[in-house]
Amino acid sequence: MTHTTPDAAGGSSSPARPLVELTGVQKHFGELHVLKDIELEVAAGEVVVVLGPSGSGKSTLCRTINRLETVDEGEIRIDGRVLPTSGKGLAALRSEVGMVFQSFNLFAHKTVLQNVTVAPIKVKGVPRARAEKEGMALLERVGVADQADKLPAQLSGGQQQRVAIARSLAMKPKVMLFDEPTSALDPEMISEVIQVMTDLAKEGMTMIVVTHEMGFARRTADRVVFMDSGRIVEVREPEAFFSSPETDRAKDFLGKILHH
Amino acid sequence: MGTFLIEREMLWNAFSTTLSLAVISGLLALVVGTIVAGLRVSPYRPLRLVATAYTEFLRNTPLTIVFFFYVFVTPSIGFAFDYRTAATIALTCYTSAFVAEAVRSGINSVAVGQAEAARSLGMSFRQNLLIVVLPQAFRTAIPPLISVLIALVKNTSVAGAFGVFELFAMSRRLTNVYSADVIAILLGVALFYLVICIPLGQLAGRLERKVAFAR
Repeated sequence: MTHTTPDAAGGSSSPARPLVELTGVQKHFGELHVLKDIELEVAAGEVVVVLGPSGSGKSTLCRTINRLETVDEGEIRIDGRVLPTSGKGLAALRSEVGMVFQSFNLFAHKTVLQNVTVAPIKVKGVPRARAEKEGMALLERVGVADQADKLPAQLSGGQQQRVAIARSLAMKPKVMLFDEPTSALDPEMISEVIQVMTDLAKEGMTMIVVTHEMGFARRTADRVVFMDSGRIVEVREPEAFFSSPETDRAKDFLGKILHH
Repeated sequence: MGTFLIEREMLWNAFSTTLSLAVISGLLALVVGTIVAGLRVSPYRPLRLVATAYTEFLRNTPLTIVFFFYVFVTPSIGFAFDYRTAATIALTCYTSAFVAEAVRSGINSVAVGQAEAARSLGMSFRQNLLIVVLPQAFRTAIPPLISVLIALVKNTSVAGAFGVFELFAMSRRLTNVYSADVIAILLGVALFYLVICIPLGQLAGRLERKVAFAR
């Protein structure tokens, strides 16, 4: 799969239909305007890293894409289809969008393998035997196959997050959302999760990643989206963004995180 | 205790009536209450309102009035039940409201992220509830649920005033006949309630240990 790297304007020159498309998205939390005029297109196979100071709306942006957060205005399309507001259509579309959370959110009462198989079996109707075979293969891929029969609480944070990635992949999603996947991890566990994510990107998965891991952004992203106060301020290729940010806000942000 | 030996057949009938009232309405109340709790967290507002109204109405009404309704009011509008059925329905309705509240508190104790993960995997509201949220909610709801069931066992005595011959009705009959043994009879009857309720409390402890899991 080729990585398209559309220009800074947000991929309007990309010939293929974008896989994820946000147009004119607005969101308020009460008085607070958390997403302002969001325009973003993500092409198939692209890896987009969303950066920004805390409270800039990057997690909210991530969560609107599978409608864990509703939007007040604007449109979100996945593979050309407008995200439905509720019901079966929404559930079906959500199953095509994988989500990895900061706090893992593995089902606490189910074993590692059950965590990975429950959605394929119940949502997609995959026969149990096949779901378990595919589930084990996924656990193997993220390096936790030997933990298959344990409960999530018996695993380290890094292992739990890798299981969570496998759980999302089990639904064979078209795009994966990562909402600060390493922010709750001890430093020595961050790299094992980043490695899994890097492999996934190499295999051509479309990914939208909210993170503070600048190394990952630099090495793996096709584009960096920089947000501040609910607005997308800059969209650049990572090298260009890190070496010569255009906006003062981005300069300030990079200054703070790179020289502390 | 001699009285109980003489009347052991009557005692057995009364005890088994109390027990079956408690078991049948207990099981029904668990089912109805869980459904009501599920409706209370439904994404559809009308369902939430109906479930809230049901819970608040029954929870805040004296049990005797609920009995009165099923024993005397429903026959007048064409739904006549025998005393025992009416008692079972009344106890089920009343208890289910408390079950609903206990289960709802359990649901609220499950981390929001669990339901969010289920939703993001494409699960419907029903699947989310049945597969992810309720199994975890019940673990925290066990202690309050057992309290509700213990209250139910004692509440079956109200049926004695509405034509059902259970332990309480039996105690009234026995105290009329053997008026010299009033204290012994009442103590004896109390003992039979304990025989049901104390194992329930122990069951709670066992269940809690069995389903305990690290969070």
